[in-house]
Formats: sequence, C-alpha cells, structure tokens
Amino acid sequence: MIELLTTKYTYLVVVALLAIGAYVMIESDNFVKKIIGLNIFQTGIFVFFISAAFRTGGRSPVVQSGGGGGPFVSPLPHVLILTAIVVGVSLTAVALGLVVRIYESYGTINEDTLEEVLANE
Amino acid sequence: MSDTLVPLLVAVPLLGALLTVASGLVTERGPPAVAAGVLTVQTALAAWIGSRAIADGPLSNEVGGFVAPYGIELVVDGLSAVVVVLVAAVSLVVLVYTVRDDPGGAAFYTEYLLLVTGLSGMSVTGDVFNLYVFLEISGLATYALVASAGDGRSAVAALKYLLFGTVAASLYLLGVGYALVATGTLNMADLSVELAQAGYDSPLVLASFGFIVVGLATKTALFPLHTWQPDAYNDAPDSVSALIAALVSTVAAYALLRILYTVYTPAFFEAVPVARDALVVFACVSIVVGSVLAVAQSEVKRMLAYSSVSQYGLVVVGLAIGTPAAVFGAIVHLVGHAIMKGGLFVAAGTIDDLTGATTAEEYAGLAGRFPVLGGASAALMLAMVGVPPAVGFAGKWYIALGAVRAGTWPVAVVIFASTLLTLAYFAILVERMFVAPASASMQAATDGGSERLGGPATPPRGVLALIIGAAVVALILGLAVTDLQTALQPTIDSLLS
Repeated sequence: MIELLTTKYTYLVVVALLAIGAYVMIESDNFVKKIIGLNIFQTGIFVFFISAAFRTGGRSPVVQSGGGGGPFVSPLPHVLILTAIVVGVSLTAVALGLVVRIYESYGTINEDTLEEVLANE
Repeated sequence: MSDTLVPLLVAVPLLGALLTVASGLVTERGPPAVAAGVLTVQTALAAWIGSRAIADGPLSNEVGGFVAPYGIELVVDGLSAVVVVLVAAVSLVVLVYTVRDDPGGAAFYTEYLLLVTGLSGMSVTGDVFNLYVFLEISGLATYALVASAGDGRSAVAALKYLLFGTVAASLYLLGVGYALVATGTLNMADLSVELAQAGYDSPLVLASFGFIVVGLATKTALFPLHTWQPDAYNDAPDSVSALIAALVSTVAAYALLRILYTVYTPAFFEAVPVARDALVVFACVSIVVGSVLAVAQSEVKRMLAYSSVSQYGLVVVGLAIGTPAAVFGAIVHLVGHAIMKGGLFVAAGTIDDLTGATTAEEYAGLAGRFPVLGGASAALMLAMVGVPPAVGFAGKWYIALGAVRAGTWPVAVVIFASTLLTLAYFAILVERMFVAPASASMQAATDGGSERLGGPATPPRGVLALIIGAAVVALILGLAVTDLQTALQPTIDSLLS
C-alpha cells in the first residue's frame, strides 16, 4: 500500500480527478458546474498522459550540441496534451456560450427547473 | 503508394471555411455560393482520389514530411475512399436544402464546412491521436450547428450533446493513452504490430480497447449511450438534422471499423473472444431497443432518430461478426443508411415547412395533397425497411449472411425481428399518408395554402428533386451492390487477414 502511494501516486491523482469530474457531471443540476466537472474529468486524462511521459531522472528533451545527455522525458505526450488542452478550452467556450443562450431563453441554468419549463412549454 | 493530393481532402474544406467567412464580409449571398463551390471541388477531389485508391491500392501521405510512425500519416484505402466520397457528396447535396432552409449568415456555412473538414479528416487519418482531434473538430462544429436554430430548445439539445460527446471523446482519448503506454506509438498500422507484441491479454491493451470502443459507441449512438441523439436530431434546424443524421454517426461507425480492424485486427478478437461477444450483444440490444423506442414515438423526427439507434446497431453487429460478408454488409448499410436517413430528414423538414405537420397523426392525407413528395418519402421508408432491391435490403442481407456463415444465427433472427419492427413504425406513417382521411393541418394546407404564414404552398423544386434523387439512389444502389463488392473485396480481405 505504502509502495503504491509513493511510486504510483500520479495514477491515484488521475483516478481521483476522473471520479470527481464524473461525479460532478452526474450529480450537479447546475449546467456551469457540469461544465466544470467536464473540465476536471479531462484534466484527469491530461495528468494521465503527462505521468506516462515521465522517466526517473529524465531531463527535458533538448539535445545539446554534441548529442548525448539522456535519459529524456518523452516529449510526445506533452505535445499531444497541449493539443487536447486547446480542444478542451474551445469546448468550454462553446458550452458556456450555450449556457448563456439557455439562460436568455428560459431564465435558468438549473437542469431540473429547465426540465419543468420544457415540459410545460 | 505515396500521394501528395491526399492532404487536400482535409485542406480544401478547411481553407474553404476561412474563405466563407471572408466572402460573408463582401456580400450576403457569398457564403452559400462559396460553400457550394468548395464542396463541388471537394466531391470531385474525393471521387478522383477514391477511384484511384480502389483501382491501385491504398494511397498515403506523410504530413509535413515527417516519416511514419513518428509523423502523422493520412491513408486512403478502399473503405476510407467510400466514406470520404459519401461525406463530400452528401454534404454537397444537403447544401441545396440548407440554402432553402435559410439558416442565414456566414457563420453557419463556416461551421458546415468545418464539419466536413472534421469528417473528412476522420475518414482519411492513419493516426489514432489525429483521429481524436478530427473527432473533436467535427464534434464542435456539430454542437454549433445543432444550436443554430437560435431558440432555447436547440441550445439545450446542443449542450446535452456537447456533454455526452465530450465525455465520449475523452474516453476515446484515455483509451489512446493506454495504447500509447503499452506500445509507444500512435500510428494505426504500427499499432497493429506493436499491440500484438505487447500481448493482447495485457491489462493495458484490454483497457485501451474498452475505453476506445465505449467512446466511439457513444458517438455512434448505440443503446444505452444514445440519449443525446433524439434531442439533437429533433431540435436542430431541419437541414442540420438531415446532415448530421446522414453523416456524423456514420463516420463515427467507420472510425470504429478502423479501430477494430486496422488497429486491433482480427487476431485480437481471436485472442480475446469475449470482446467480440460483448460487442455483438451490445449491438443486438441496440437493434431491438432502438426499434421498439421508435415504434413508441409519435413525432416523426424523433422516430427517425430512434430508428438510427437501431440501424447503427446493425452496422456494429456486422463489424463485430467480422466475416468478409458481414463487414461488407456493414459498409453497404452505413452508406445506404446515410442516403436514406438524410433523404427522410429532408422530407420530414419539407413536410413541416409546407403543412406544419410533425407527428404521425398530422401526416394523415399527405399523399393526397402532395403525391410526389408522399410517394418519394414512402419509397425511402420502404427502402429503409429493406424491400428488395433497395440498398436497405442489400446491407441487411449481407450482414445476416455473414452472421449465419459465422455460426451466430441468433443475430440473423434479431435482424429479422428488427426488420418487422422497422416495418411497424414506417407502415404507420405510410398508412396515414396514403389511406387515412386528411388531418386538420392537411385540410388547412389544401384550403388556404400553408398553415405556416409565409411558407410555400408547393414543395420547392430543388428540394423535391433532392428527395426523389435520394429515393432513386436508395433503390438502384441495391442493384449496384455486386459491383461495389468486387471493388471493395481486396480492401476487406487485407483488413481481415
């Protein structure tokens, strides 16, 4: 157990973030909170990729003139996650834009209230 | 074979999207004209590259000159050729209806072209992370398009779709992460070799398979992961319903095919038979429940949406069985479904415009008022049910044939049962249209033109031609299916070997 905590703690962080994000998305009635839950969920995945790139004693992957100097941290997951973060930011922006539209139309951002309004429409 | 034209399949609609914005600043009529021009070029390009890929074998391109497996590779083989041509052609044809539907503004056409960019990219990419990026590009464009009706209801549907779609894409990304940890590569062709070396029973590989399949199944809208789909189809503007019903889930199902056979390969299914069984059961439940839910609907667009849940179940069951006949049937059904469902959504939208009818009850007497429109819609419905020689029959026939040959005959029974249920919900509509006495809204349409103020009194010619065209293609494609089989056989064989 102790060994797991000291060596694999990044994975525990990943699992915690995924669980918190999913819980917030399912349990919260507030659309903005749901979107934040989605962000936390995605962050869990980002941390997973970045922890997968880590090498003990690895340096940043910049080869000095003359070469050598390994081991390096894998640069690939970092690049991928940079892209995924950009995607996540765009999604958050679109989602918040939709929430603004919903608020303008119905005067609420609460899912339960909205369901009632839509059912009576 | 290396080919420099392949990246243009992604670049043309992407640059076209920018051009649409620019043309919107000059003149209001610019954006639809530019979009039509760009999609014409895209269709011609896709047909040219696709025909060469089918004739000469797969074409590939290493983007930016970075050598695969380190760089991103774009590949067009027989299957991606079919899908990329379908995406280009359907989006060009639906544009005719879109212009009639008049969603307005350069932003709409930009989103439209961005959706085509994403879908074309998903069709031709040979890299699993690149597939994620294109998945999100098409996703973002779809959410914006669904919300483009401008009312609160479409915003709610779009947000619901966004939450589901993003979780689906995130699960896919997590699966890609597991595969990356297991193998250190992202190139599809390379992964198929590396995954075998990592061991198919390794927990990393199994977890990656699970996450990727669940993610793509949500995007494809299989039961019980379909709940976003009826709202999105129902509350979107009519032209957008037609486009996304025809293409978005279709390309997601194609991506699932790529993952199952290019990345995980049939050897994975042999090593882990439970994966195949689970997928078959999952898809069969989707077929039956989707049909039952469709029968229970009274609103026509919602009924068509639930029908899609069932039809994609059929496609996935064909993929999961994995004999050459079943996979070919899945592809035929994918293409056929896109044409038929796109046509039906255009028809439903047109009927709504003309008469305000949106439920099966209100469809009563439609054929008396609009015989051509009613006849073409009925032809599309019968094609969907699977009356020979329509394409709906050909797809189901090959899937059932593959299932029987693989010894999983219960699947054939499920397909037969779902056909009866499909007949049940479309027969209600056909009976209403042709036999039942005219409803109040049809009466209004007959007496005083359209019930909707300012709506047209007869179907617009272009849109009518489009619906008839879809019906004709759906009927004759069933006859051309043997030629298609000859063309695709080498690709399917190499995929399943």
